Amino acid sequence: MNKFFEFEFLAGHIHYLLFIVLMMTGLFIVVDKTNLVKKIIGLNIFQVSVFMFYVSIGKVTGGTAPIFPMDSNYHVDKDALQENLYSNPLPHVLILTAIVVGIATTSLGLALIVRIRESFNTIDEEEILEIEQKMTRDDNMKYDDISKGML
Amino acid sequence: MANIAHVAEHTTRSLIDHLPLLQVLVPFCAAPIIVLIGSRRLAWPLAFISSVISLIISIILMLSVREGGYITYSLGGWAPPLGIEYRIDATNAFVLTLISMIGAVVLPFAYTSVKDEIRTRDHSLFYACWMLCFTGLLGMVATGDAFNVFVFLEISSLSTYVLVAQGASKDRRALTAAYDYLIMGTIGATFFVIGLGMLYMATGTLNMADLADRISDQGANRTVRSGFAFIIVGMGLKVAMFPLHLWLPKAYTFAPSAVTVFLSATATKAALYVLMRFVFSVYHPDFAFAKNTLEIIFLPLAIIAMFSASIVAAFQINFKKMLAYSSIAQVGYMLLGIAILNETGLTASLLHMFNHGFAKALLFMGAGALVLRTGSSFYLQISGVGRKMPITAGAIVIGGLSLIGVPGTAGFLSKWLLIQAALERSSDNSLYLLVALSVVLSSLLAVIYVWRLFEVLFLREPDLSIPISEAPVMMIIPMWILAGSCVWFGFSTDLLYDFANQAALNLLGGSMGMSDSVLNLGTN
Repeated sequence: MNKFFEFEFLAGHIHYLLFIVLMMTGLFIVVDKTNLVKKIIGLNIFQVSVFMFYVSIGKVTGGTAPIFPMDSNYHVDKDALQENLYSNPLPHVLILTAIVVGIATTSLGLALIVRIRESFNTIDEEEILEIEQKMTRDDNMKYDDISKGML
Repeated sequence: MANIAHVAEHTTRSLIDHLPLLQVLVPFCAAPIIVLIGSRRLAWPLAFISSVISLIISIILMLSVREGGYITYSLGGWAPPLGIEYRIDATNAFVLTLISMIGAVVLPFAYTSVKDEIRTRDHSLFYACWMLCFTGLLGMVATGDAFNVFVFLEISSLSTYVLVAQGASKDRRALTAAYDYLIMGTIGATFFVIGLGMLYMATGTLNMADLADRISDQGANRTVRSGFAFIIVGMGLKVAMFPLHLWLPKAYTFAPSAVTVFLSATATKAALYVLMRFVFSVYHPDFAFAKNTLEIIFLPLAIIAMFSASIVAAFQINFKKMLAYSSIAQVGYMLLGIAILNETGLTASLLHMFNHGFAKALLFMGAGALVLRTGSSFYLQISGVGRKMPITAGAIVIGGLSLIGVPGTAGFLSKWLLIQAALERSSDNSLYLLVALSVVLSSLLAVIYVWRLFEVLFLREPDLSIPISEAPVMMIIPMWILAGSCVWFGFSTDLLYDFANQAALNLLGGSMGMSDSVLNLGTN
């Protein structure tokens, strides 16, 4: 537990701390806001935090971009190859996929909001909930088979 | 030299060696073809043909792994663990067969139902989305690469949101149902990715078999443990595990009937398979945290789901909504089978996956047929319809009996095994007697809501002023195929039991839960 409060430990893990802050911000917005568009924005922040998490775990201290060391005549520079320290590209590639998925989710969510706006005339979750509760009540009144002496 | 051998092996591959990939690729290619052709008349036949092809492939795969062992397929010839690997063993062949069977059986039903419920100009896009959803579910199950699971999960989820939203032409609440599902589903999937990221941090690999080896070599540390927590919560959302089930009733109630049939029988099952794979193969119940999660969290939650969702189902006045709540309760049984943590329990869980998939698809099809003929699935609207649509109602009765677990139907076998599994554990912990009792008691609750349905369908006086005819043949045939198999698997129990038992043994069999023998499809 002591170790956690050491400055060096905190500074070395600053990217994880920021990831958690960003993630919690995003999740909080999704849960707290009633505006449907703001919820999507929160969801985006939440997803971006994960992208940053992935990118940061691929980083190697002192590492450069993972490019094969060749000179202008396409000869491999053997010395450079030996001492070439590069960051792990795999998490970056993985997260490209997740970014594409995130864009698809966002656009689908926004498209749904447009349709919701067309049919409910509002994009506020609480107002929609009120309309839906009224619809459910109407359904219950209309289709309540118990009070109609069916049971 | 090794390189040359590799090339030679690559060129001598026959079609049959590519089956693990084709399983996923056939519906995946069908989707863009349907969109590009753009013909409404061709959309359904194309979807149906590719579903039948994947059904045939999955049956071939299931038959070739039924004795144990696994088939490995490296995508693009890149050898695992670096390349993406598809790995078919008894466990996922079992789930693949369930999904593709449901896919092939539901489509004939969907033909009429979709015509009735969805705008004509959207039909080809609807079937394209359906195929993408189907692809995603198959891919999630077939792949042996953890990140690939996420990709396929999102393919199936995104298309599911679209499919659910199609119910908007009948009831605008389908839109908000889809939106809620989108928010919850995305949070779940993102949690899953965070978990995978932590696993990758700790092990440096994403291949499931490789992950399993490395985790068991290095033992648990905090990163591995928190990765486990994230994966369980993320997949729990997709499975509709008890406190994470809120998206399910609304999505199932307001989605088009055909979509509900398909999703209820496959989507939660595929997610449950992924959960099992991670709990038993990638991690292992030997780890204290995995064992504790199952016994302290899964077990009580499963029992709460079994009771609370069944009670809520008994008070519904809408057939589809009642079935949706019953689904949450049935997921409880499957989770209970996992949480009991022995071979019988796992077999029961896998069997229940199959049996419940069939029974619930059958019941939702019945609901869809009633919606087609009466306009809605409220009990008041379908009062006494059983006398006017006896063939449909007869199938619903069989589905309902299987849902309760009446002897002679498939549902009985899995519940019986579940009780047996709990009794096996009761020798060292008498609390498991209560678990066995709770299975019986919650089945009695199922009797209440199913009986209420029977009462509505048969005992009430039908409204004679409205003429209602029997459902069309295209709906009756798939319904009775499922009803027939519910009864068939109730009497001829060996076939399904053997498959499920092999699948359970596979999961329990240590690292990646797979034996050492690699099967070669071509020589089989």
